[in-house]
Amino acid sequence: METIQTDVAIIGAGGAGLRAAIALAQESPKLRIALISKVYPMRSHTCAAEGGAAGVIKDNDSFEQHFHDTVGGGDWLCDQDAVDYHIHEAPKELMQLEHWGCPWNREDNGSVAVRPFGGMKIERTWFAADKSGFHILHTLFQTSLQFPQIQRYDEYFATDLLVDDGRCQGFTAIEMKSGSMRRFKAGAVIIAGGGASRMFPFNTNGAIKTGDGMAMAYRAGAPLKDMEFVQYHPTGLPNTGTLLTEACRGEGGVLLNKDNYRFLQDYGMGPETPKGQPVLKTMELGPRDRVSQAIWGEMQKGRAVDTPWGKCVWLDLRHLGEKKINERLPFVRDICISYLAMDPVHEMIPIVPVVHYMMGGIHTDTKAATSLPGLFAAGECACVSINGANRLGSNSLVEILVFGRRAALSAAEYVAAAKPGNEAALVAQADASQARIDELFARSSGTESIAGLRKEMHETMGDGAGIYRTQEGLAKTSAKLAELRRRYQNIKLHDKSRVYNTDLLTALELGNMLDCAEAVAVSGRERKESRGAHQRLDFTARDDDKYLRHSMAYFNGLEPPRIDYRDVVITTSPPGVRDYSGEKK
Amino acid sequence: MSRRPYVREVPPTSWYFRMPRYMRYMAREVTSIFIGIYTMIMVFGLAALAAGPERWDAFLKALQTPLSLTFHWLALAFALYNSFTWFNVAPKALPIQVGEELMPDIVVAGGHYVVWVLLSLFILFWAGVF
Amino acid sequence: MTDNRLAARQIELEILRYDPEKDQEPHFERYSVPCINEWCVLDALNHLKDSIDPTLAYRWSCHMQVCGSCGMMINGEPKLACKAMLRDYPDAVIRIEPLAHFPVERDLVSVADDFMDKLKRVKPYLIPGKVRVPTEGEYKQTPAQLKRYRQFAMCINCMLCYAACPEYGLQPKFIGPAAISLAHRYNQDSRDGGRDERQEEIATNEGVWECTFVGACSEVCPKHVDPAAALQQVKVASTVDWYLEHFMSWVKK
Repeated sequence: METIQTDVAIIGAGGAGLRAAIALAQESPKLRIALISKVYPMRSHTCAAEGGAAGVIKDNDSFEQHFHDTVGGGDWLCDQDAVDYHIHEAPKELMQLEHWGCPWNREDNGSVAVRPFGGMKIERTWFAADKSGFHILHTLFQTSLQFPQIQRYDEYFATDLLVDDGRCQGFTAIEMKSGSMRRFKAGAVIIAGGGASRMFPFNTNGAIKTGDGMAMAYRAGAPLKDMEFVQYHPTGLPNTGTLLTEACRGEGGVLLNKDNYRFLQDYGMGPETPKGQPVLKTMELGPRDRVSQAIWGEMQKGRAVDTPWGKCVWLDLRHLGEKKINERLPFVRDICISYLAMDPVHEMIPIVPVVHYMMGGIHTDTKAATSLPGLFAAGECACVSINGANRLGSNSLVEILVFGRRAALSAAEYVAAAKPGNEAALVAQADASQARIDELFARSSGTESIAGLRKEMHETMGDGAGIYRTQEGLAKTSAKLAELRRRYQNIKLHDKSRVYNTDLLTALELGNMLDCAEAVAVSGRERKESRGAHQRLDFTARDDDKYLRHSMAYFNGLEPPRIDYRDVVITTSPPGVRDYSGEKK
Repeated sequence: MSRRPYVREVPPTSWYFRMPRYMRYMAREVTSIFIGIYTMIMVFGLAALAAGPERWDAFLKALQTPLSLTFHWLALAFALYNSFTWFNVAPKALPIQVGEELMPDIVVAGGHYVVWVLLSLFILFWAGVF
Repeated sequence: MTDNRLAARQIELEILRYDPEKDQEPHFERYSVPCINEWCVLDALNHLKDSIDPTLAYRWSCHMQVCGSCGMMINGEPKLACKAMLRDYPDAVIRIEPLAHFPVERDLVSVADDFMDKLKRVKPYLIPGKVRVPTEGEYKQTPAQLKRYRQFAMCINCMLCYAACPEYGLQPKFIGPAAISLAHRYNQDSRDGGRDERQEEIATNEGVWECTFVGACSEVCPKHVDPAAALQQVKVASTVDWYLEHFMSWVKK
């Protein structure tokens, strides 16, 4: 097997991976950097983020406000030292992107414009129309092209971390175009592999979001933290699940039930605000968990709209007018016309909550270090705990920058002191990794189909781990996932060609999703309270005495994960009441 | 493990039959040949004028043959077609921004048409047609 | 909302297949796929892969017209499979091939190395005119200045324009529409001062002067970038440069 020697290897070339690579190239120019991704960098799912990125820049804003919005939005499950670092670095990172050419929207005087966003008390979301993630990703990717130290390995699928002497020293990856495996030997590894929402049947995520990075770290012994917290975005298209940005509401769009009534006022987010003049942190600008739960409530009460795609509520943008929609939300308009054949300029758009983001992920400290020495993580795949139990929109596009860079700094520091590894042991692990793939190709006795198992996983995740959960449902889903993971050992590969074998890749992705899904279900089953995005019908209150703690899921072979807990870091904000009632104090 | 990317050759002489838009492009390019021929005829005319009245008369006479008339009508049609196609794409090459807004294509293309018509009228007037 | 959006529809997909380990050359295979009227071609392909033939290889990810993965020839036209709605294909048969003008790696997967190399060549990143450090705050840029380049920044690198461009098909050295448009995007940015460096790559025979303004790139661009406009603008600016240099050398560019 060919070995590729590098100083720092980064798995994932989306926003976090690219930011890490650039930070290494600029701040540790002597290091060799390998940037590995299963897709070309500009295909990474950062491109699908629409609304924007939060950073304190305007005179009417303050770090304290951003801190409190984030911690309260996260239902106090955030680590407050991490949030503190995050909010202070945020404007620096966004400014850095401005200096790299990101086409932020501007005010008339040429300074950067900000827009209101859900759960934020002050307008602080930097945006580039409704394609903020796209522009951030392309700005980072294009900027990265000027650094010869960044050696890219596009369309390489990472399979297993190589761990010896208690530290991560590289990994194996399949070169997709040839099907041959490579061993990456690295002083430090950064995982920036994105989230895993594809484990759910109905989600906003791209096909690539299969939790590969999370699963790889998990299998290598790094725990997954707070996996039960899965964010539903309130406004997805009912047929495709396509995201309609929160900026629809930030710009003044409203949510209506079948009686054209703005129902959010019935769910602790009122009183009603004037239509088209959004008021921060209330009504349509409430946080995503609350808004999604309110929509679910309307469905239960029979006040949802019946559409060909099932029960929905309306998103009404018509009062914004064609000019504003074209200027601020052109992509939203295109998407509605393509997938629903409906034009938001003239029609109300049916929407439903849809799985969007994993608050949980590979546990890291505030320096982006995982509990496995030599392994760092950043972005959606990581859980540094700035998002707690519910992420506020426009915090994650900043998180990839802040902690992408942080992971790079930590990795560079680690590499400087790293000892050489035991070559023979690492080679043996790589060979074992190759042998597992070869066995899949050679296997003739497999009976389980990849699409079939995936469908069963989707069903059980939708049934038991959705927007509202119960002990019975989560237990059933956990048991089903344990069964699916066993059956996965017997899958059958149809495609036996080594060249660009997507049958093999979807099989590996399914395995990764199943591992992550079981961590979601079991962590959820064990958290007997309601907090943020984890809502239990049988334990409806938040229970700070027992559960003001992070769930930690440890990989346990084919057995379900072992769940442990870790205290939340609280510095200045003791747990309080989340108030989204606007002016009413 | 046998990567073997397959290259599909583009037929070098017949590629433009593959799509209507390529045919439209070729039509634009081919019509310019007639403009070229017409220009050559003009040059011949100048040479005839310089060579004296006899040659000039012969040139004028040649212009009145059915073949020549047919060619001129054809060349006129093709010249118009060619001009229209270019004027219509002019806004791409010459965007004009006033304040924040870019001028609509019709303004930039329309400007070309207006200048074209005015110049034509001026030349016709100067040549004594009116 | 009573309409036929959810109506079932049987579609014949005629797909170019090529497995270099088995096939000497690509060939078409036909599949009958049960579809729903409101689907896009990508949905049909996904259904085919999941329930009929798992060996079919193609790229896709976002299913929302922004990642640029799923470019392919659909009935001879370069399209994003996630933007090609079945309602726009009334015929019973849809023919799908990998993007034209690129080598075929496997089935609908084309080799993108050439585009990636060209993109890097044109220096598509900000080369600051007047260097500021981030602590000095943002470069001021008015909405009007933003508008000058924003359209060209919309490129998702899907490569449909290369598949549409006959010049690229005939002369693969041509740097091509998307890469030159991105160079132009930075040239037009009020913060940038790197035009001279980029001109060395794009104001050349392999650059804009290979373009004969067929305009196909702009017709197929799914994001309305209008690469043809970018290339013509580079030509006009380069021509002005030439005149200034040769006839008015006392005028500073």
